[in-house]
Amino acid sequence: MAINTDKNSYTILFAIAMVVVVGSLLAFTASSLKGRIDANKRTEKQQNILFAMGIADTEDPNEFVPAEKAQELFDQYVGDEQYIITGSTAQKTTDAFDIEVKKENDKLKQDANYQRKMPLFIGKKDGEEFYVVPMRGNGLWDAIWGYVSLDKEFKTVKGAFFDHKGETPGLGANIKEAYFRDDFIGESILDASGNYKGITVKKGNGDPKNERKNDNAVDALAGATITGDGVTTMVKKGIKMYQPYFETLKK
Amino acid sequence: MAEVTEEKVKVKEPKEPLFSKKNKKLLTDPLADNNPITIQVLGICSALAITAQLKPSIVMAISVIFVMGVGNVVISLMRNIIPSKIRIIVQLIVVAALVIIVDQVLKAFAYTLSKELSVFIGLIITNCIIMGRFEAFALGNGVWKSFLDGIGNAAGYGLLLVVVAFFRELLGSGTLFGAKVLGDPIEKTGLYSIGYENNGFMVLAPMALITVGIIIWVQRSRNKALIEDH
Repeated sequence: MAINTDKNSYTILFAIAMVVVVGSLLAFTASSLKGRIDANKRTEKQQNILFAMGIADTEDPNEFVPAEKAQELFDQYVGDEQYIITGSTAQKTTDAFDIEVKKENDKLKQDANYQRKMPLFIGKKDGEEFYVVPMRGNGLWDAIWGYVSLDKEFKTVKGAFFDHKGETPGLGANIKEAYFRDDFIGESILDASGNYKGITVKKGNGDPKNERKNDNAVDALAGATITGDGVTTMVKKGIKMYQPYFETLKK
Repeated sequence: MAEVTEEKVKVKEPKEPLFSKKNKKLLTDPLADNNPITIQVLGICSALAITAQLKPSIVMAISVIFVMGVGNVVISLMRNIIPSKIRIIVQLIVVAALVIIVDQVLKAFAYTLSKELSVFIGLIITNCIIMGRFEAFALGNGVWKSFLDGIGNAAGYGLLLVVVAFFRELLGSGTLFGAKVLGDPIEKTGLYSIGYENNGFMVLAPMALITVGIIIWVQRSRNKALIEDH
């Protein structure tokens, strides 16, 4: 049986059938793999938070803890020390882990009066406390996000981890690299008089080894101005939201 | 009427053995004398991007072999019913659907690897080898032949990725599959103790192009028939 494949009606019918078949195939694949993919994302988040606390792979400190050990180590170092902050009050709940900063940002955009929920993770390592703040911002091409851990005086950064969705490889994508990320360690987020200032990713900072810990600035990446500015804004805004709560803790 | 059908049966070509000489050529030709990268110069972009290390190259090669093999079969099965007006769109949909499936499977079963490959899995869609083979081969040939052609071309592409990645990882980072085969550059053991240094330039994309160039040179000086005369 020969079909006249040149007829318009045939072409349209073929296109419709094709879309239906391919669409349902993809929907089936996506829904059957969703559970596994979500579990992987959870693990990644645990690895990120641990990394910001300085807990990494024992062999290569630039790698996360192994995925199969992430849950165990997360329970060990963070456990249920997870809080949802609204304004200046905190509620201890493990629901904090499931809060997505992006969704909270979106809700705030739609409704200016929305009281945002901010997750905070308090890790304990060798008797020290790490206040891990998740944050999210915009790079040059797409989203950037990170986790910054603060000491218990909320003055000094103790660790940071940044990641991105699609920054330029070799330029903006280097925010993920140790030589950028580690500059944040030890940097103060307060100015000399103790007011909140954040950390600026600054060009021409003239401090490549980041020896000045109190200048609220780290060296920028060459060729990645906009991604760097994105990190500045993200860190500044990301930590600032928590300031009301931190103030109550300090007292 | 009865005679006509009988004649049709007679015209039907004699059955070829599965691995006849011709079919074998479909599989082996693209590995060397008709390699998609070195001879047809297709798919260079991804060959430059992901060959800094062996592991992602091998995953990429396997993914492309899967997409090409299945894609060629699907297109070949449909070759008589695809409306010619929208055949390119149909080809695109087939590749796109297969690539999304590969992407989802990697995310589910090899998450860190899928993060490393990130956009390049998506970019398989734009790999000219795939669309090229659909259009040039699968649309006009039977299912089995198309399958062999797809696997052959993807394997030829994959082979080159692995070869390039081998040299880039070895010379650029001094490792193979992440294992430090040349010694430790920081503690100065193995080769590094006698003053050897990694060539950081090998990690960057331009050196992949040069490596591909050297392979093309070696290949053509061994087989003069491949040299185009100008």
